[in-house]
Amino acid sequence: MSQGESVQPPAETGTSQAWEPRIIAFLCYWCSYTGADNAGTARLKYPANVDIIRVMCSGRIDPDLIMTAFARGADGVMVCGCHIGDCHYIAGNHKTMARMPLVSRVLQDFGIEPERFVHEWVSAAEGDKFAKLVRQVTEQVCQVGPLDWPRRMYERGVGHGQDLQPWGDRA
Amino acid sequence: MTIPATTSAGPTRRISIDPITRLEGHGKIDIFLDADGEVADCFFQVPELRGFEKFCEGRPVEEMPRITPRICGVCPEAHLMASAKACDAVYKISLPLTARLIRELQYDIFYVTDHATHFYALAAPDFVMGPSSNPAERNLIGVIRKLGVGVGQQVIQARKWGHEAAAIFGGRPVNPENAIPGGVSKPITASERDRLEEIARYLLEFSKFTLKVLHDLVLANAEYVDLILHGPYYHETYSMGLVDDKNRTNFYDGKVRVVDPEGHELCKYAPRDYAKYIAERVEPWSYLKFPYLTQVGWKGFVDGKQSGVYRATPQARLNVADAMSTPLAQEAYEEYFETLTGDRSGHRMVHHTLAIHWARVVEMVNAAERALELVRHPELTHPENYRVIPHDTPTEGVGIVEAPRGTLVHHYVTDENGIIRKANLVVGTTNNHAAICMSIKKAAQGLIRKGSDITEGVLNMIEMSFRAYDPCFGCATHSLPGQMPMVVRVRDCGGTVLSTTTRA
Amino acid sequence: MTTNGAEIDRQPGKLRVGMHWASSCGGCDISLLEIGEHLLELIEVADIVFWPCAADFKYRTVADYPDGYIDVCLFNGGIRSSEHERLARLLRRKSRTLVAYGACAMDGGIPALANLKSPREIYDAVYHSNPTLHNPGHVEPKTQWATPLGELDLPGMYPQVLRLGDIVDVDYQIPGCPPVGAQVWKVLQAVVAGEVPARNSAVRVGCDNRSVCDECPREKRKTRIKAFKRPHMAVPEPNWCLLEQGFVCLGASTRSGCGAQCPKAEMTCRGCYGSAGLSSDQGTAMLSALGSVIDAVTEDRAREVVDEIVDPTGTFYRFSLASSALKARR
Repeated sequence: MSQGESVQPPAETGTSQAWEPRIIAFLCYWCSYTGADNAGTARLKYPANVDIIRVMCSGRIDPDLIMTAFARGADGVMVCGCHIGDCHYIAGNHKTMARMPLVSRVLQDFGIEPERFVHEWVSAAEGDKFAKLVRQVTEQVCQVGPLDWPRRMYERGVGHGQDLQPWGDRA
Repeated sequence: MTIPATTSAGPTRRISIDPITRLEGHGKIDIFLDADGEVADCFFQVPELRGFEKFCEGRPVEEMPRITPRICGVCPEAHLMASAKACDAVYKISLPLTARLIRELQYDIFYVTDHATHFYALAAPDFVMGPSSNPAERNLIGVIRKLGVGVGQQVIQARKWGHEAAAIFGGRPVNPENAIPGGVSKPITASERDRLEEIARYLLEFSKFTLKVLHDLVLANAEYVDLILHGPYYHETYSMGLVDDKNRTNFYDGKVRVVDPEGHELCKYAPRDYAKYIAERVEPWSYLKFPYLTQVGWKGFVDGKQSGVYRATPQARLNVADAMSTPLAQEAYEEYFETLTGDRSGHRMVHHTLAIHWARVVEMVNAAERALELVRHPELTHPENYRVIPHDTPTEGVGIVEAPRGTLVHHYVTDENGIIRKANLVVGTTNNHAAICMSIKKAAQGLIRKGSDITEGVLNMIEMSFRAYDPCFGCATHSLPGQMPMVVRVRDCGGTVLSTTTRA
Repeated sequence: MTTNGAEIDRQPGKLRVGMHWASSCGGCDISLLEIGEHLLELIEVADIVFWPCAADFKYRTVADYPDGYIDVCLFNGGIRSSEHERLARLLRRKSRTLVAYGACAMDGGIPALANLKSPREIYDAVYHSNPTLHNPGHVEPKTQWATPLGELDLPGMYPQVLRLGDIVDVDYQIPGCPPVGAQVWKVLQAVVAGEVPARNSAVRVGCDNRSVCDECPREKRKTRIKAFKRPHMAVPEPNWCLLEQGFVCLGASTRSGCGAQCPKAEMTCRGCYGSAGLSSDQGTAMLSALGSVIDAVTEDRAREVVDEIVDPTGTFYRFSLASSALKARR
């Protein structure tokens, strides 16, 4: 966010009955994206709540992208890559396997439930696994409800600082 | 010029001093005047809360000596040491001799620097420039301009060398980073030791010089002596401070001793027992709490033996000590008590708030002498005994040092992995909070009378009552105004000079 | 001129400099003095017109200054209360150049670790559950309190620590906890000479452009990490990269300019100069860097190794939580 400019309050989500979770899925090009494609070709049904972002390797998914997704309004994030041993770049997913457990711990320290962040290996042949994973993640994110991060931060003054309700006198 | 008072409800008027200045941290003073123009009441408020005690929960205990110095960047070493000692206690570590020597030496050198900067930057402007002088000049710059090159250079060198010592111990001149559970992160080499001895020797000379400056500037001025002895800056409270096994001063280690306003010992306790002896009160009009002695109890903002209010200042530390731990400081101690109480022995207590400045200089001499003793200890440079690896399961520990501003308590409770579950911090100035409120009110009542002109100078004299408690910082430079043309070189990131500007 | 009794004797052409602290510790104010012998050179060309830590100007005095009166204002400390915000806005108006000085103003600093706790939790710890408390009436500080003589005000505490740049436009940032004296002097020289980079809140001055690793003298042996160690549980081998030895060191994710002071004192970097990367999120940069240096070939083993890191959030975001993407605990 550029600093000091006037900021409009983000629209509130999750108040209407029609709330649908928004889930960002980072998929590696060589395995998981092909797997998702495979699920589509096979006409497997899975919820339309997932926005897919294709990356060349799960090892290139900077944790910053995951945090930013939540910070900008995602309710859930999925990270999928090739199974260990199958990486197109030999060891790209070794980085992923070391990073993601830490990402998960850090997210929980920020109060983001473990249900909202899923890391799985999906091969090019596992269209059914991908479809099942999306169904499972959508369901568990629905259970924990909207995250609504931008609005939460706006209410605490991030980006504008004005008209804050000091909390000290609240009961 | 006269300060206009803002009107508030009823017949009272209000004068606000916001912010109070020449101190570390935030504060404001509200003085209420009645219809006659006399002080009806006075409040000193601390408008700041950062919540270290809470956000340290969940942090690894060994990180505490790196986190807590950011409570105060003016005396980070005090938190560094109290925190390291609490960590040692959490792991039930008994420090090897070399580790202890390094820590205490580091602390004593810091003490001289901190007291010196406080004396020159914070106290001196009021006395050198005068309590009612132009506020735009009533600061260290004015002091150096007035006292001249000689004094300025000595102050500059003391600060510079003190910070050089901090960097030798802990890598950084501000917020040194060497304390860990079990000792310090690096040993002292022979050449570092030699430099430290040179620094300690200079600091001792500088402390003696400062004592002389105090005599020449303050004690030789009848008006100031009268202000110290008979001004509205006196009240009798309990005194608290660390003492060694012979009841002599020690800033780094020992037991906490408390004496009543006449000098009789109320209690003497080991750090781990602190919570039996002090309690903290909350007032709805300040974020800062008010500690008091549990054996006496909270009786409000009142003086005397019946009130649990105590002070933990350089003056309090001299009051609780039967003697100083070093010879020159002992001489200075005796002179201080004789002048203020008529008794060299130190058995009669001093309660003159402005004389805290004098006590501070006595402590400077003490810390410098002690540093010189420690730096000459043959075990200081031992290549291995600077730290030990803990083996016990971490549980709970308390660390206490004398911060320049008062007894500093760090108390941690951890889980079996050494992760903080609970932290309690009773910080130097907090000890003096109730007494500071009372000192300010007394000064306001003594200085603002019916029909008197409330000038900026009067308000500054009210602020002087509180400045005596609280250190700030000094300036460092070894050249003086008008002596050096300014050359400005603008460099890029790689250090290449882009342009040069010279001012005569 | 006269403002509330303060005579400011100003020579033509002299800069007017101010410094203020918000949610900070005073270390930044001390660090300004670390320019050492240059300080009085500075005073030759600049007048101090506001500096609560060292000089007797009051808020009222500043409010009476014309807008843009202060040429350069060094603002340290994050924004935690309504008073901090009020002063940030006042000083923005009164200053031609406003600098976020130090880790707290720039990234929240250590006080922003409070963003991992709720304000209620902080109040409960500080005013209701500490072992030395005696507060049977459950008293808490109030922003307004009526005494028989009149009302007393305290600034309200905000729900979380914000950066100066979250409140007002910032012209430059100077990182560090506190900034290193030599770097501060470089910046001041540039200001006095009028040779400053274009104003932009993202411009960091008083630092270098690489990571702390680049200026750290410890040797990198290109070994991978088999196990993490806590700093008090092992003595590091001198002159060898602390991270490679298994001590969590933030040098890789931290902006250079300090001279790698902590690693030189056998201590790990804790990242006070802020993020070295393009993103201001220093913690994710560290997460990313760590992922590349773990020595494990199975998923279980990788998890075992990284699980040995205690408190990743409080360590990777030690000085920069308010600049992280997420900024605070939910």
